[in-house]
Amino acid sequence: MESPVISVRGLTVSYGDQRVLDGVNLDVQRGEVMVLLGGSGSGKSTMLRHIIGLERPDSGTVLVQGVDINRCTARELKAVRRGMGVAFQEGALFSSMSVEENIELPLRELTTLADPVIEIMTFIKLASVGLSEAGKLLPQELSGGMKKRAAVARATALDPEILIFDEPSAGLDPIVAAELDELILFLKRAFQMTIVIVTHEMTSAFRIADRLAMLYHGSLIAVEDKASFQASTDPRIRQFLDRIPQHIAESESVQRRLREFAGVTGA
Amino acid sequence: MSVLEAIGSSVIDRLAYVGSLTTQFCSALSAFPRLAPFVGRRGRWRSAMKQMSAIGVDALPMVAIVAACGGSILAIQSASELSQFGAMQLVVDIVVIAFTRELGPLLTAIVVSGRSGSAISAEIGTMVVTEEIDALRTMAVDPIELVLAPKFLAAMIVVPCLTVVSNLCGILAGAAFMYFKIKMTLPIYLRYVANAMVLRDVFTGLVKSLVFATIIVHVGCMEGIRVKGGPEAVGRSATSAVVKSTLLVIFADLFITAIFYMASAK
Repeated sequence: MESPVISVRGLTVSYGDQRVLDGVNLDVQRGEVMVLLGGSGSGKSTMLRHIIGLERPDSGTVLVQGVDINRCTARELKAVRRGMGVAFQEGALFSSMSVEENIELPLRELTTLADPVIEIMTFIKLASVGLSEAGKLLPQELSGGMKKRAAVARATALDPEILIFDEPSAGLDPIVAAELDELILFLKRAFQMTIVIVTHEMTSAFRIADRLAMLYHGSLIAVEDKASFQASTDPRIRQFLDRIPQHIAESESVQRRLREFAGVTGA
Repeated sequence: MSVLEAIGSSVIDRLAYVGSLTTQFCSALSAFPRLAPFVGRRGRWRSAMKQMSAIGVDALPMVAIVAACGGSILAIQSASELSQFGAMQLVVDIVVIAFTRELGPLLTAIVVSGRSGSAISAEIGTMVVTEEIDALRTMAVDPIELVLAPKFLAAMIVVPCLTVVSNLCGILAGAAFMYFKIKMTLPIYLRYVANAMVLRDVFTGLVKSLVFATIIVHVGCMEGIRVKGGPEAVGRSATSAVVKSTLLVIFADLFITAIFYMASAK
Protein backbone atom coordinates (compact mmCIF):
# COMPACT_ATOMS: atom_id res chain seq x y z
CA MET A 1 0.00 0.00 0.00
CA GLU A 2 1.11 3.56 -0.69
CA SER A 3 2.53 5.38 2.31
CA PRO A 4 0.10 7.83 3.91
CA VAL A 5 0.32 11.53 3.08
CA ILE A 6 -0.09 12.54 6.70
CA SER A 7 0.97 10.22 9.47
CA VAL A 8 0.52 11.15 13.12
CA ARG A 9 2.17 8.87 15.69
CA GLY A 10 1.77 9.08 19.46
CA LEU A 11 0.97 12.79 19.43
CA THR A 12 0.82 14.01 23.03
CA VAL A 13 0.19 17.61 23.98
CA SER A 14 -0.40 19.22 27.37
CA TYR A 15 -1.22 22.78 28.29
CA GLY A 16 -0.02 23.11 31.85
CA ASP A 17 -1.43 20.18 33.82
CA GLN A 18 -4.18 19.53 31.31
CA ARG A 19 -3.51 16.83 28.75
CA VAL A 20 -5.16 17.94 25.50
CA LEU A 21 -4.00 15.13 23.22
CA ASP A 22 -3.00 11.74 24.52
CA GLY A 23 -1.00 9.53 22.18
CA VAL A 24 -3.03 10.11 19.02
CA ASN A 25 -2.30 7.98 15.93
CA LEU A 26 -3.80 8.86 12.56
CA ASP A 27 -3.00 8.12 8.92
CA VAL A 28 -4.47 10.07 6.05
CA GLN A 29 -4.18 8.40 2.63
CA ARG A 30 -3.60 10.18 -0.66
CA GLY A 31 -6.72 11.63 -2.23
CA GLU A 32 -9.11 10.98 0.63
CA VAL A 33 -11.29 13.37 2.59
CA MET A 34 -10.65 12.80 6.28
CA VAL A 35 -13.09 14.45 8.65
CA LEU A 36 -11.93 15.02 12.19
CA LEU A 37 -14.91 15.06 14.53
CA GLY A 38 -15.20 15.89 18.17
CA GLY A 39 -17.02 18.08 20.62
CA SER A 40 -15.81 21.43 21.85
CA GLY A 41 -12.60 21.01 23.84
CA SER A 42 -11.92 17.51 22.50
CA GLY A 43 -8.57 18.69 21.10
CA LYS A 44 -9.37 18.70 17.39
CA SER A 45 -8.18 22.26 16.74
CA THR A 46 -5.01 21.51 18.71
CA MET A 47 -4.44 18.44 16.58
CA LEU A 48 -4.90 20.49 13.43
CA ARG A 49 -2.38 23.09 14.61
CA HIS A 50 0.14 20.30 15.15
CA ILE A 51 -0.49 18.77 11.75
CA ILE A 52 0.28 22.10 10.08
CA GLY A 53 3.34 22.53 12.29
CA LEU A 54 2.31 25.70 14.11
CA GLU A 55 3.04 24.16 17.49
CA ARG A 56 5.47 21.59 18.79
CA PRO A 57 4.14 18.50 20.56
CA ASP A 58 5.40 17.25 23.93
CA SER A 59 6.06 13.91 22.30
CA GLY A 60 5.12 12.03 19.16
CA THR A 61 5.78 12.70 15.50
CA VAL A 62 3.89 14.23 12.63
CA LEU A 63 5.01 13.09 9.19
CA VAL A 64 3.71 15.04 6.23
CA GLN A 65 4.67 13.44 2.91
CA GLY A 66 7.33 11.49 4.74
CA VAL A 67 8.94 14.54 6.40
CA ASP A 68 8.93 14.87 10.17
CA ILE A 69 7.84 18.49 10.44
CA ASN A 70 9.18 18.97 13.94
CA ARG A 71 12.67 17.72 13.21
CA CYS A 72 13.32 18.72 9.63
CA THR A 73 15.41 21.63 8.32
CA ALA A 74 13.84 25.01 7.59
CA ARG A 75 14.12 24.33 3.88
CA GLU A 76 12.30 20.99 4.11
CA LEU A 77 9.57 22.60 6.23
CA LYS A 78 9.17 25.31 3.62
CA ALA A 79 8.79 22.68 0.90
CA VAL A 80 6.20 20.79 2.97
CA ARG A 81 4.25 23.97 3.60
CA ARG A 82 4.25 24.87 -0.08
CA GLY A 83 2.42 21.63 -0.74
CA MET A 84 -0.15 22.35 1.93
CA GLY A 85 -3.00 24.83 1.90
CA VAL A 86 -4.75 25.86 5.10
CA ALA A 87 -8.13 27.57 5.31
CA PHE A 88 -8.59 28.97 8.79
CA GLN A 89 -11.85 29.12 10.69
CA GLU A 90 -12.34 32.88 10.36
CA GLY A 91 -10.62 32.96 6.99
CA ALA A 92 -7.53 34.78 8.33
CA LEU A 93 -7.54 36.99 5.24
CA PHE A 94 -5.14 39.93 5.50
CA SER A 95 -7.43 42.78 6.36
CA SER A 96 -5.24 45.46 4.83
CA MET A 97 -5.33 43.81 1.39
CA SER A 98 -8.10 43.28 -1.12
CA VAL A 99 -9.33 39.74 -1.82
CA GLU A 100 -7.26 39.67 -5.00
CA GLU A 101 -4.09 40.75 -3.23
CA ASN A 102 -4.70 38.12 -0.56
CA ILE A 103 -4.70 35.38 -3.18
CA GLU A 104 -1.79 36.94 -5.06
CA LEU A 105 0.34 36.98 -1.90
CA PRO A 106 1.49 33.33 -1.89
CA LEU A 107 2.05 33.50 -5.65
CA ARG A 108 4.16 36.64 -5.34
CA GLU A 109 6.06 35.43 -2.29
CA LEU A 110 6.81 31.86 -3.29
CA THR A 111 7.03 31.89 -7.07
CA THR A 112 8.87 33.93 -9.66
CA LEU A 113 5.90 34.15 -12.01
CA ALA A 114 5.40 37.34 -14.01
CA ASP A 115 2.67 39.76 -12.95
CA PRO A 116 0.24 38.99 -15.83
CA VAL A 117 0.47 35.26 -15.06
CA ILE A 118 -0.21 35.91 -11.39
CA GLU A 119 -3.23 38.03 -12.30
CA ILE A 120 -4.66 35.31 -14.53
CA MET A 121 -4.06 32.60 -11.92
CA THR A 122 -5.71 34.73 -9.26
CA PHE A 123 -8.72 35.24 -11.48
CA ILE A 124 -9.01 31.49 -12.13
CA LYS A 125 -8.77 30.71 -8.40
CA LEU A 126 -11.42 33.29 -7.60
CA ALA A 127 -13.67 32.00 -10.34
CA SER A 128 -13.29 28.41 -9.11
CA VAL A 129 -14.76 29.42 -5.74
CA GLY A 130 -17.40 31.66 -7.36
CA LEU A 131 -15.89 34.97 -6.31
CA SER A 132 -14.74 36.37 -9.66
CA GLU A 133 -16.73 39.57 -9.07
CA ALA A 134 -15.41 40.18 -5.55
CA GLY A 135 -11.66 40.53 -6.26
CA LYS A 136 -11.45 44.23 -5.54
CA LEU A 137 -13.35 44.08 -2.25
CA LEU A 138 -11.72 44.17 1.16
CA PRO A 139 -12.20 41.17 3.49
CA GLN A 140 -14.38 43.29 5.83
CA GLU A 141 -16.83 43.82 2.96
CA LEU A 142 -17.41 40.09 2.45
CA SER A 143 -20.08 37.94 4.04
CA GLY A 144 -19.11 34.95 6.21
CA GLY A 145 -19.49 32.42 3.40
CA MET A 146 -17.60 34.57 0.92
CA LYS A 147 -14.74 34.94 3.40
CA LYS A 148 -14.43 31.17 3.73
CA ARG A 149 -14.51 30.71 -0.02
CA ALA A 150 -11.84 33.41 -0.41
CA ALA A 151 -9.78 31.56 2.19
CA VAL A 152 -10.11 28.37 0.12
CA ALA A 153 -9.02 30.27 -2.97
CA ARG A 154 -5.93 31.51 -1.13
CA ALA A 155 -5.20 28.07 0.32
CA THR A 156 -5.35 26.51 -3.15
CA ALA A 157 -3.40 29.30 -4.88
CA LEU A 158 -0.24 27.19 -5.19
CA ASP A 159 -2.17 24.03 -6.15
CA PRO A 160 -1.32 22.20 -2.93
CA GLU A 161 -1.62 18.43 -2.61
CA ILE A 162 -3.06 18.73 0.88
CA LEU A 163 -5.87 21.05 1.88
CA ILE A 164 -6.63 21.58 5.53
CA PHE A 165 -9.86 23.13 6.59
CA ASP A 166 -10.80 24.33 10.07
CA GLU A 167 -14.57 24.36 10.72
CA PRO A 168 -15.79 25.12 7.19
CA SER A 169 -19.45 25.35 8.08
CA ALA A 170 -19.23 27.05 11.48
CA GLY A 171 -21.40 30.14 11.56
CA LEU A 172 -22.86 29.71 8.10
CA ASP A 173 -26.46 29.23 7.08
CA PRO A 174 -27.37 25.75 5.74
CA ILE A 175 -27.43 26.82 2.10
CA VAL A 176 -24.00 28.44 2.17
CA ALA A 177 -22.66 25.52 4.21
CA ALA A 178 -23.97 23.12 1.54
CA GLU A 179 -22.31 25.21 -1.17
CA LEU A 180 -19.04 24.94 0.70
CA ASP A 181 -19.44 21.15 0.93
CA GLU A 182 -19.90 21.01 -2.84
CA LEU A 183 -16.82 23.18 -3.28
CA ILE A 184 -14.76 20.77 -1.18
CA LEU A 185 -16.02 17.78 -3.17
CA PHE A 186 -15.27 19.65 -6.38
CA LEU A 187 -11.69 20.33 -5.26
CA LYS A 188 -11.23 16.68 -4.41
CA ARG A 189 -12.60 15.52 -7.78
CA ALA A 190 -10.85 18.15 -9.87
CA PHE A 191 -7.41 18.22 -8.27
CA GLN A 192 -7.22 14.87 -6.39
CA MET A 193 -6.39 16.80 -3.25
CA THR A 194 -5.97 15.13 0.10
CA ILE A 195 -8.32 17.02 2.38
CA VAL A 196 -8.43 17.11 6.18
CA ILE A 197 -11.44 18.84 7.71
CA VAL A 198 -12.23 19.64 11.30
CA THR A 199 -15.90 20.02 11.97
CA HIS A 200 -18.76 19.14 14.27
CA GLU A 201 -21.50 19.54 11.67
CA MET A 202 -22.67 15.95 11.13
CA THR A 203 -24.67 16.54 7.93
CA SER A 204 -21.73 18.20 6.28
CA ALA A 205 -19.32 15.56 7.61
CA PHE A 206 -21.32 12.66 6.14
CA ARG A 207 -21.73 14.50 2.83
CA ILE A 208 -18.04 15.04 2.20
CA ALA A 209 -16.12 12.44 4.19
CA ASP A 210 -14.40 9.31 2.91
CA ARG A 211 -13.38 8.42 6.44
CA LEU A 212 -14.21 9.95 9.80
CA ALA A 213 -12.06 10.17 12.91
CA MET A 214 -13.58 10.93 16.28
CA LEU A 215 -11.65 12.66 19.06
CA TYR A 216 -12.95 12.26 22.60
CA HIS A 217 -11.14 13.97 25.48
CA GLY A 218 -7.82 13.96 23.65
CA SER A 219 -7.91 10.37 22.34
CA LEU A 220 -8.98 9.06 18.96
CA ILE A 221 -11.79 6.60 19.69
CA ALA A 222 -12.66 5.71 16.11
CA VAL A 223 -11.26 6.02 12.60
CA GLU A 224 -13.78 4.47 10.24
CA ASP A 225 -15.48 4.89 6.90
CA LYS A 226 -18.88 6.53 6.62
CA ALA A 227 -21.08 3.42 6.81
CA SER A 228 -19.41 1.76 9.79
CA PHE A 229 -19.16 5.08 11.60
CA GLN A 230 -22.88 5.64 11.20
CA ALA A 231 -23.56 2.11 12.42
CA SER A 232 -21.23 2.43 15.39
CA THR A 233 -22.52 1.26 18.76
CA ASP A 234 -19.90 3.06 20.84
CA PRO A 235 -21.95 5.14 23.32
CA ARG A 236 -19.62 8.13 22.96
CA ILE A 237 -20.11 8.18 19.19
CA ARG A 238 -23.85 7.48 19.49
CA GLN A 239 -24.18 10.41 21.87
CA PHE A 240 -22.52 12.64 19.27
CA LEU A 241 -24.57 11.31 16.35
CA ASP A 242 -27.90 11.26 18.17
CA ARG A 243 -27.32 14.62 19.83
CA ILE A 244 -27.83 13.46 23.41
CA PRO A 245 -27.06 16.25 25.85
CA GLN A 246 -24.46 15.62 28.53
CA HIS A 247 -25.77 17.74 31.37
CA ILE A 248 -29.51 18.42 31.31
CA ALA A 249 -29.79 20.07 34.67
CA GLU A 250 -27.63 19.70 37.72
CA SER A 251 -30.50 20.10 40.15
CA GLU A 252 -28.84 17.93 42.76
CA SER A 253 -25.64 19.93 42.95
CA VAL A 254 -27.48 23.26 42.72
CA GLN A 255 -29.68 22.33 45.65
CA ARG A 256 -26.66 21.21 47.64
CA ARG A 257 -24.91 24.53 46.96
CA LEU A 258 -27.99 26.49 47.98
CA ARG A 259 -28.29 24.54 51.20
CA GLU A 260 -24.65 25.28 51.94
CA PHE A 261 -25.26 28.99 51.38
CA ALA A 262 -28.25 28.90 53.70
CA GLY A 263 -26.15 27.15 56.32
CA VAL A 264 -28.40 24.10 56.34
CA THR A 265 -26.42 20.91 56.77
CA GLY A 266 -27.55 17.33 56.40
CA ALA A 267 -30.53 16.18 54.39
CA MET B 1 13.31 30.92 49.75
CA SER B 2 10.17 31.77 47.84
CA VAL B 3 11.29 35.43 47.65
CA LEU B 4 14.58 34.34 46.14
CA GLU B 5 12.75 32.07 43.75
CA ALA B 6 10.46 34.91 42.70
CA ILE B 7 13.39 37.27 42.13
CA GLY B 8 15.29 34.59 40.23
CA SER B 9 12.43 33.68 37.96
CA SER B 10 11.63 37.31 37.21
CA VAL B 11 15.27 37.99 36.33
CA ILE B 12 15.27 34.93 34.09
CA ASP B 13 12.06 36.16 32.44
CA ARG B 14 13.63 39.56 31.75
CA LEU B 15 16.76 37.95 30.32
CA ALA B 16 14.68 35.65 28.16
CA TYR B 17 12.77 38.67 26.89
CA VAL B 18 15.97 40.47 25.92
CA GLY B 19 17.21 37.24 24.36
CA SER B 20 14.16 36.82 22.17
CA LEU B 21 14.38 40.51 21.21
CA THR B 22 17.95 39.88 20.08
CA THR B 23 16.95 36.84 18.02
CA GLN B 24 14.18 38.83 16.42
CA PHE B 25 16.59 41.69 15.74
CA CYS B 26 19.05 39.38 14.01
CA SER B 27 16.46 37.74 11.78
CA ALA B 28 14.99 41.13 10.84
CA LEU B 29 18.46 42.43 10.05
CA SER B 30 19.19 39.42 7.87
CA ALA B 31 16.02 40.18 5.88
CA PHE B 32 17.23 43.67 4.96
CA PRO B 33 18.90 42.71 1.65
CA ARG B 34 15.54 41.46 0.39
CA LEU B 35 14.02 44.86 1.20
CA ALA B 36 16.38 46.97 -0.85
CA PRO B 37 14.93 48.84 -3.84
CA PHE B 38 15.56 47.29 -7.32
CA VAL B 39 17.48 44.24 -6.06
CA GLY B 40 15.14 43.05 -3.27
CA ARG B 41 11.84 41.18 -3.55
CA ARG B 42 9.12 43.05 -5.32
CA GLY B 43 6.76 45.06 -3.17
CA ARG B 44 9.00 45.04 -0.07
CA TRP B 45 10.56 48.44 -0.69
CA ARG B 46 7.13 49.88 -1.39
CA SER B 47 5.82 48.61 1.93
CA ALA B 48 8.89 50.07 3.66
CA MET B 49 8.10 53.43 2.00
CA LYS B 50 4.54 53.22 3.31
CA GLN B 51 5.89 52.61 6.80
CA MET B 52 8.29 55.54 6.46
CA SER B 53 5.30 57.72 5.77
CA ALA B 54 3.36 56.28 8.72
CA ILE B 55 6.20 56.34 11.24
CA GLY B 56 8.04 59.42 9.99
CA VAL B 57 6.06 61.87 7.88
CA ASP B 58 2.87 61.57 9.93
CA ALA B 59 4.83 62.14 13.14
CA LEU B 60 6.46 65.36 11.87
CA PRO B 61 3.96 67.87 13.33
CA MET B 62 3.96 66.18 16.72
CA VAL B 63 7.76 65.92 16.87
CA ALA B 64 8.11 69.55 15.78
CA ILE B 65 5.65 70.83 18.38
CA VAL B 66 7.11 68.76 21.21
CA ALA B 67 10.65 69.85 20.33
CA ALA B 68 9.67 73.52 20.01
CA CYS B 69 7.94 73.43 23.39
CA GLY B 70 10.89 71.58 24.91
CA GLY B 71 13.33 74.14 23.48
CA SER B 72 11.27 77.06 24.82
CA ILE B 73 10.94 75.50 28.27
CA LEU B 74 14.66 74.82 28.47
CA ALA B 75 15.49 78.38 27.37
CA ILE B 76 13.02 79.97 29.81
CA GLN B 77 14.16 77.88 32.76
CA SER B 78 17.87 78.38 32.17
CA ALA B 79 17.44 82.10 31.36
CA SER B 80 15.84 82.82 34.72
CA GLU B 81 18.93 81.44 36.46
CA LEU B 82 21.62 82.63 34.06
CA SER B 83 20.32 86.22 33.84
CA GLN B 84 21.29 86.66 37.50
CA PHE B 85 24.92 86.20 36.46
CA GLY B 86 24.57 88.21 33.26
CA ALA B 87 25.41 85.12 31.22
CA MET B 88 22.40 85.12 28.92
CA GLN B 89 24.45 83.98 25.90
CA LEU B 90 25.01 80.66 27.71
CA VAL B 91 21.32 79.89 27.18
CA VAL B 92 22.19 79.22 23.55
CA ASP B 93 24.90 76.74 24.55
CA ILE B 94 22.57 74.96 26.92
CA VAL B 95 19.80 74.60 24.34
CA VAL B 96 22.16 73.49 21.57
CA ILE B 97 24.10 70.96 23.65
CA ALA B 98 21.02 69.58 25.39
CA PHE B 99 19.16 69.09 22.15
CA THR B 100 21.89 67.64 19.96
CA ARG B 101 23.13 65.29 22.64
CA GLU B 102 20.03 64.36 24.52
CA LEU B 103 16.63 65.97 24.14
CA GLY B 104 16.36 65.75 20.36
CA PRO B 105 16.74 61.95 20.20
CA LEU B 106 14.89 61.33 23.46
CA LEU B 107 11.82 63.48 22.77
CA THR B 108 11.61 62.01 19.27
CA ALA B 109 11.85 58.48 20.64
CA ILE B 110 9.08 59.13 23.15
CA VAL B 111 6.80 60.55 20.47
CA VAL B 112 7.55 57.67 18.09
CA SER B 113 7.10 55.11 20.85
CA GLY B 114 3.70 56.55 21.74
CA ARG B 115 2.56 56.82 18.13
CA SER B 116 4.18 53.91 16.32
CA GLY B 117 5.21 51.51 19.07
CA SER B 118 1.60 51.12 20.12
CA ALA B 119 0.41 51.03 16.50
CA ILE B 120 2.88 48.28 15.59
CA SER B 121 1.95 46.08 18.54
CA ALA B 122 -1.76 46.61 17.96
CA GLU B 123 -1.43 45.78 14.27
CA ILE B 124 0.62 42.64 14.83
CA GLY B 125 -1.47 41.65 17.86
CA THR B 126 -4.62 41.84 15.75
CA MET B 127 -2.94 39.72 13.10
CA VAL B 128 -2.19 37.12 15.78
CA VAL B 129 -5.77 37.12 17.07
CA THR B 130 -7.26 36.77 13.58
CA GLU B 131 -4.77 33.96 12.78
CA GLU B 132 -3.19 36.03 9.99
CA ILE B 133 0.31 35.38 11.38
CA ASP B 134 -0.47 31.64 11.50
CA ALA B 135 -1.70 31.86 7.93
CA LEU B 136 1.58 33.46 6.86
CA ARG B 137 3.57 30.72 8.60
CA THR B 138 1.57 27.96 6.96
CA MET B 139 2.11 29.69 3.60
CA ALA B 140 5.87 29.41 4.23
CA VAL B 141 6.11 33.21 4.31
CA ASP B 142 8.27 34.55 7.13
CA PRO B 143 6.15 37.05 9.12
CA ILE B 144 9.32 38.80 10.28
CA GLU B 145 10.40 39.49 6.73
CA LEU B 146 6.95 40.50 5.50
CA VAL B 147 5.62 42.44 8.48
CA LEU B 148 8.44 43.45 10.80
CA ALA B 149 11.44 44.09 8.55
CA PRO B 150 9.81 46.88 6.49
CA LYS B 151 8.82 48.68 9.69
CA PHE B 152 12.31 48.22 11.10
CA LEU B 153 14.02 49.54 7.99
CA ALA B 154 11.59 52.46 7.81
CA ALA B 155 12.19 53.38 11.45
CA MET B 156 15.98 53.17 11.02
CA ILE B 157 15.72 55.72 8.22
CA VAL B 158 13.06 58.12 9.49
CA VAL B 159 13.76 58.28 13.23
CA PRO B 160 17.21 59.88 12.70
CA CYS B 161 15.54 62.28 10.25
CA LEU B 162 12.91 63.14 12.84
CA THR B 163 15.71 63.67 15.36
CA VAL B 164 17.33 66.21 13.07
CA VAL B 165 13.98 67.98 12.72
CA SER B 166 13.58 67.86 16.48
CA ASN B 167 17.03 69.41 17.02
CA LEU B 168 16.21 72.11 14.51
CA CYS B 169 12.86 72.97 16.09
CA GLY B 170 14.26 72.99 19.61
CA ILE B 171 17.11 75.30 18.64
CA LEU B 172 14.81 77.59 16.64
CA ALA B 173 12.45 77.81 19.60
CA GLY B 174 15.47 78.98 21.60
CA ALA B 175 16.07 81.61 18.95
CA ALA B 176 12.51 82.91 19.25
CA PHE B 177 12.87 83.14 23.02
CA MET B 178 16.18 84.98 22.80
CA TYR B 179 14.69 87.44 20.33
CA PHE B 180 11.76 88.31 22.60
CA LYS B 181 13.87 88.35 25.75
CA ILE B 182 16.99 90.29 24.78
CA LYS B 183 16.31 91.16 21.09
CA MET B 184 19.07 88.83 19.89
CA THR B 185 18.61 88.59 16.12
CA LEU B 186 18.67 85.31 14.25
CA PRO B 187 22.09 85.77 12.53
CA ILE B 188 23.76 86.48 15.87
CA TYR B 189 21.92 83.60 17.49
CA LEU B 190 23.06 81.28 14.71
CA ARG B 191 26.65 82.39 15.20
CA TYR B 192 26.39 81.39 18.86
CA VAL B 193 24.80 78.10 17.78
CA ALA B 194 27.68 77.44 15.39
CA ASN B 195 30.11 78.02 18.23
CA ALA B 196 28.29 75.70 20.63
CA MET B 197 27.49 72.88 18.22
CA VAL B 198 30.00 70.07 17.91
CA LEU B 199 29.74 67.46 15.18
CA ARG B 200 30.49 64.79 17.77
CA ASP B 201 27.35 65.71 19.73
CA VAL B 202 25.17 65.56 16.64
CA PHE B 203 26.71 62.22 15.78
CA THR B 204 26.14 60.69 19.23
CA GLY B 205 22.55 61.97 19.09
CA LEU B 206 22.00 60.21 15.78
CA VAL B 207 23.57 56.99 17.05
CA LYS B 208 21.17 57.13 19.99
CA SER B 209 18.21 57.68 17.70
CA LEU B 210 19.15 54.58 15.70
CA VAL B 211 19.24 52.50 18.87
CA PHE B 212 15.93 53.97 20.05
CA ALA B 213 14.28 53.21 16.71
CA THR B 214 15.45 49.61 16.96
CA ILE B 215 14.10 49.26 20.49
CA ILE B 216 10.71 50.77 19.69
CA VAL B 217 10.04 48.66 16.60
CA HIS B 218 11.24 45.40 18.13
CA VAL B 219 9.47 45.80 21.47
CA GLY B 220 6.28 46.76 19.61
CA CYS B 221 6.54 43.69 17.42
CA MET B 222 7.42 41.37 20.30
CA GLU B 223 4.46 42.55 22.36
CA GLY B 224 2.21 42.06 19.35
CA ILE B 225 3.50 38.56 18.62
CA ARG B 226 3.00 37.54 22.25
CA VAL B 227 -0.70 38.41 22.25
CA LYS B 228 -2.77 35.49 23.48
CA GLY B 229 -6.53 35.55 23.65
CA GLY B 230 -8.93 38.11 22.36
CA PRO B 231 -9.23 41.81 21.52
CA GLU B 232 -8.61 43.03 25.07
CA ALA B 233 -5.18 41.38 24.95
CA VAL B 234 -4.40 43.54 21.91
CA GLY B 235 -5.15 46.66 23.94
CA ARG B 236 -2.96 45.45 26.76
CA SER B 237 -0.13 44.68 24.35
CA ALA B 238 -0.26 48.24 23.00
CA THR B 239 0.04 49.61 26.54
CA SER B 240 2.91 47.35 27.49
CA ALA B 241 4.68 48.08 24.19
CA VAL B 242 4.73 51.79 25.05
CA VAL B 243 5.70 51.18 28.68
CA LYS B 244 8.47 48.71 27.91
CA SER B 245 9.89 50.55 24.93
CA THR B 246 9.97 53.87 26.80
CA LEU B 247 11.69 52.23 29.73
CA LEU B 248 14.23 50.45 27.52
CA VAL B 249 14.85 53.67 25.59
CA ILE B 250 15.72 55.49 28.83
CA PHE B 251 17.98 52.61 29.94
CA ALA B 252 19.72 52.54 26.57
CA ASP B 253 20.11 56.31 26.71
CA LEU B 254 21.78 56.12 30.09
CA PHE B 255 24.04 53.32 28.88
CA ILE B 256 25.10 55.07 25.67
CA THR B 257 25.60 58.40 27.44
CA ALA B 258 27.82 56.70 30.00
CA ILE B 259 29.89 55.07 27.26
CA PHE B 260 30.37 58.32 25.35
CA TYR B 261 31.16 60.13 28.60
CA MET B 262 33.82 57.60 29.51
CA ALA B 263 35.23 57.69 26.00
CA SER B 264 35.52 61.47 26.06
CA ALA B 265 36.88 61.62 29.61
CA LYS B 266 40.02 59.76 28.61
